[in-house]
Amino acid sequence: MTVQMEADKVLDCTGLLCPIPVIKTSQAIKEVEVGQILHMIATDPGAPPDMEAWSRQTGHELVDNTEEDGKYLFWFKRTR
Amino acid sequence: MTSTAQEAGTNVSTLESPGAEAIPEPKKFAMVASKGGLDEVYPILIMGSTAAALGWDVRVFCTFYGLDLVNKKRQKKLKVSAVGNAASPPPINGLEIKVPTIIGMLPGMNSVATWMLKNWMKSSNIPTFEELYDTCVESGVQFYACATTLGVMNVDMDDIVEGASCLGATAFLDFASEADVALFV
Repeated sequence: MTVQMEADKVLDCTGLLCPIPVIKTSQAIKEVEVGQILHMIATDPGAPPDMEAWSRQTGHELVDNTEEDGKYLFWFKRTR
Repeated sequence: MTSTAQEAGTNVSTLESPGAEAIPEPKKFAMVASKGGLDEVYPILIMGSTAAALGWDVRVFCTFYGLDLVNKKRQKKLKVSAVGNAASPPPINGLEIKVPTIIGMLPGMNSVATWMLKNWMKSSNIPTFEELYDTCVESGVQFYACATTLGVMNVDMDDIVEGASCLGATAFLDFASEADVALFV
């Protein structure tokens, strides 16, 4: 059970395939302050491993993620 | 070597505000684009735009038919070849019928194959070639026109899109030799 986290910005990537969710997430993380939370929603089946890799590569922390009704939910904390 | 790298790391982090991690040098990604089919340049744009989104330094060397990727006149007219692709899928989803190669040779079939690919991309919400190319450029992907190909194909630098510069293989290999990832497409 994941407790739904408060987010400072929500990015809906429902229906979008690679590379768009990653590109949009990279743009959106710049629109929150360092320490704030970006909530991203995707349906691309490649999203869970992709977004974990995105977090490793960019250094922005993947605070939590879960799957709900065929949607993949991610919470990222901007670290820099 | 290791101690030097560690020292360098320490030096960098002391320049940052306390607690902040040193921003590492971006990873380098070298790609050679040697083909000019729409289906053959899509992977380059997808890989390139994704890597740029990760903050990597992405450079694409456009050589041979890959030069079309940065050719103003031809960039917007890239096509899918209807022949020579043993994996070409059936025209109607779910039908296990392959189009015989001889049909692909008929006039206009390249346009049909191109239309099909564009349609699939559209229905999957994948951006068009133009949109993906613009995304690459806006996110800092650097395209190079191969100097030799310019000469061989009689293409003038005036025909090359703005932002793409002319480069030789030696200069590109100089970058590629330090690349973390290198792909030939």
